[in-house]
Amino acid sequence: MSHRREIEFVLNGVVTRASVPLEASALSMLRDVIGLTGTKYACGEGECGACTIEVDGASVCACLQFAVDCEGRTVTTIEGAARDPLAARIERAFVEHGAVQCGFCTPGMVMQARNWLATHPDPTREEIKRAIEGNLCRCTGYVKIVDAIEAACRGGR
Amino acid sequence: MAIDHYHAPTSLPEALERLRGGGATILAGGTDLMPQSHAGRVKLGPALVNVRRVPELGGIRIDDGTLRLGALSTMSEILRSAFVREYAPVLAEACDHFASDQIRNAATIGGNVCNASPAGDTLVPLLVLDAEAELASKPDGEVKLRRVPRSAVFTGPGRTVRARDELLCAIRVPLPKPGFVARFVKFGTRPALDISAVAIGIGGVRSGRSLAGARVAFGAVAPTPMRAKATEAALEGTVLDDAGIARVAAVARDEVRPIDDVRASAWYRKELVSNLTRRVLGDVAQA
Repeated sequence: MSHRREIEFVLNGVVTRASVPLEASALSMLRDVIGLTGTKYACGEGECGACTIEVDGASVCACLQFAVDCEGRTVTTIEGAARDPLAARIERAFVEHGAVQCGFCTPGMVMQARNWLATHPDPTREEIKRAIEGNLCRCTGYVKIVDAIEAACRGGR
Repeated sequence: MAIDHYHAPTSLPEALERLRGGGATILAGGTDLMPQSHAGRVKLGPALVNVRRVPELGGIRIDDGTLRLGALSTMSEILRSAFVREYAPVLAEACDHFASDQIRNAATIGGNVCNASPAGDTLVPLLVLDAEAELASKPDGEVKLRRVPRSAVFTGPGRTVRARDELLCAIRVPLPKPGFVARFVKFGTRPALDISAVAIGIGGVRSGRSLAGARVAFGAVAPTPMRAKATEAALEGTVLDDAGIARVAAVARDEVRPIDDVRASAWYRKELVSNLTRRVLGDVAQA
């Protein structure tokens, strides 16, 4: 029987309270306690980036963060990001460039691209590849994903 | 692995109080602790002490004639720091090769040191920079600090000199002498998210075509990241032409004692050490 703790933080712009097991990851809190399943569980050890979220403006793997450490922080998931114009542009570019196949890596790819592009609006192709080096895709082979992110920088064309 | 208590202290004295009596697991970035505890490689203590909100452990600044890197400095903060770029660019080089953007944003230098992996990415440059670890404890109501030379910090795989009631506060890097140059190379199967098969760092003050005060460090070839004393002796004052470089690389190959594991065989690691030493010394000679 795990001990739990009540924490309060800002989730996708809304002050949120949750009771979380002390050893739980932020990923398990988001999916199993709060019910936001857009953030994907894949490797569970920081190797694949499918669970990428934003905490206090930094892109991190939700599977590596303790849920209790979200206390007092500002957390954005794919569900929250979906509302902003940059994420919408990336999403459209992913669709137009066929950058989604099975889709499992997509929320993490979009979150990572969105976080990176916010501070690097005009990256080279090589810089885009480095930005998503922590995100694995087992379907498309990356070319279309990089194409989509490149297009998103040019306004989605 | 159930945790009974969670503490998130907001000052150094309070954090040290929580460590007294043992049984505490220290949490900083969590990037090693979370997967290792889930895999059962690390047993969590009954108390989880999250030190991320302790201001004394943060910040990168020049202090007391040293570059002071707070233990909570993330790899991304180190990469962005103008002080690091000016006084310890070889450390920034290692942070740039560290895991992935998401992990660089969370992983701390204090965690990389305290985990003491033989392959820890920042440990080789810290050895080349002759860095010290600043440890704090509070044995009898007073906060006490001690400094330990980097080369004495690591006592075995995953083990350091840090006592259970001590906290790593900062890494202190002496400001380099004029003319000091250093290079870092990590070799793995892909650039991102890979654990080094071999990492090497070489530094020294350029003097004509040789290095003075040469420092050589290797990662992933011994139970701890190591300073290579025999290689340093061979390098000291040696003219860095083809023959000189080949001689030093041969000493390096003989000095390391790697093991066979899933990432590389011992033989392959020895070859890598020799070839990478040659490459880095070539770079230093050209620089």
